[in-house]
Amino acid sequence: MTSATIDQGPNPTDEFVKGLWKQNPVFVQVLGMCPVLAVTNTGLNALAMGLATLFVLLMSSTVVSLIRNLVPKQVRIVTYILVIATFVTVVDYLIQAISVDLHKALGAFISLIVVNCLILGRAEAFASKNTPALAALDALGMGLGFTLGLLCLGSVREVVGMGSLFGVSLFGAHYQQWVVMILPPGGFFTLAAWLLIFNHRKQKQAAAAVAAEEAA
Amino acid sequence: MNQESLGSIFLGACLVNNFVLAYFLGICPFLGVSGKLATATRMGAAVTFVMLVSSVCAYGIHALLEAVGAPFLQLIAFIAVIASTVQLVEMFIKKTSPALFRALGIFLPLITTNCAILGLALFQTNKGYGFVQSLVYALGAGLGFTLALVLMAGLREKLELAETPDVVKGTALTLLVAGILSIAFMGFAGMGS
Repeated sequence: MTSATIDQGPNPTDEFVKGLWKQNPVFVQVLGMCPVLAVTNTGLNALAMGLATLFVLLMSSTVVSLIRNLVPKQVRIVTYILVIATFVTVVDYLIQAISVDLHKALGAFISLIVVNCLILGRAEAFASKNTPALAALDALGMGLGFTLGLLCLGSVREVVGMGSLFGVSLFGAHYQQWVVMILPPGGFFTLAAWLLIFNHRKQKQAAAAVAAEEAA
Repeated sequence: MNQESLGSIFLGACLVNNFVLAYFLGICPFLGVSGKLATATRMGAAVTFVMLVSSVCAYGIHALLEAVGAPFLQLIAFIAVIASTVQLVEMFIKKTSPALFRALGIFLPLITTNCAILGLALFQTNKGYGFVQSLVYALGAGLGFTLALVLMAGLREKLELAETPDVVKGTALTLLVAGILSIAFMGFAGMGS
């Protein structure tokens, strides 16, 4: 391998890491909000949904990248959607086979992974322009970032709303459950709170950068 | 076959289980185009219309796939048919009423990736609604979506004039307001059943 082939294109590690933090799909890009809010009422549901999305994202990004030179431009979106729908069907049946209860809890939201803008977004913006290996890394990073975001929401909502985490009781029987947090409004409030924290951090960093510039 | 009465289906889809505020479907357009009252109304109308059309399509597909014995194709068939239906509707409106087409603008094609549409198709199939029930369900869901969008747009137009701290500006503020709206809609729980 010559150095020219190594230097070509973006750095693989960067492609992987950016999805975890700098371009986190949930907190920074605010993509794929429907599942983020709908199924994060417990930590377990959030984890399952995150892993299901990760699988679909990884597989469809790889396939889209493999066929990127075969698909005519005009029909590319339809092709991507069909590829995604195929893998979502696989995941749907897989979860049903693993745990019927989990399948019931997630309900139609597994099927709705098809219209998660994150997946189509990555297919169009990244996978269709890069090699399969890079596309898979990017998908893995984004998928893990998405799972992380879901877990952040799900665990907060479960701890506050039911006083437990992954079904394990934390505060004993006397805990007054804050039921509204596991109901739909809690989803909006928790995500809003996380976004506030991220905004606050961003503002502080920006202020620090300005101060550093002035000092220099 | 589901025996639920039409009135209860309508109320359920429109208020009790509002697609946006209880099921979190169609959040993207909800956050994206709820800034102005006029666009919100148009978007709501477009979504309601597409919901009605795709509800009929979904009913047909489900019946067809049941007859052929290939339920695993359901999801793929739904999304493919909905996407092409939106395209057809777009071309039809462009031909027959250019004024309406201009009014709807970019929103029409965007509806394809609106999860509320696919969600509607999946829910009506899961619940086993008949043809008329499906239509009423679609109408209720569409009107409920419009209602949520219009309410939100009205609130956001007022919020523009209010003084808010820099930290909450943007998505966070919208989400907080949506949460409060969602609590308000929980007051409808138990109605119509």
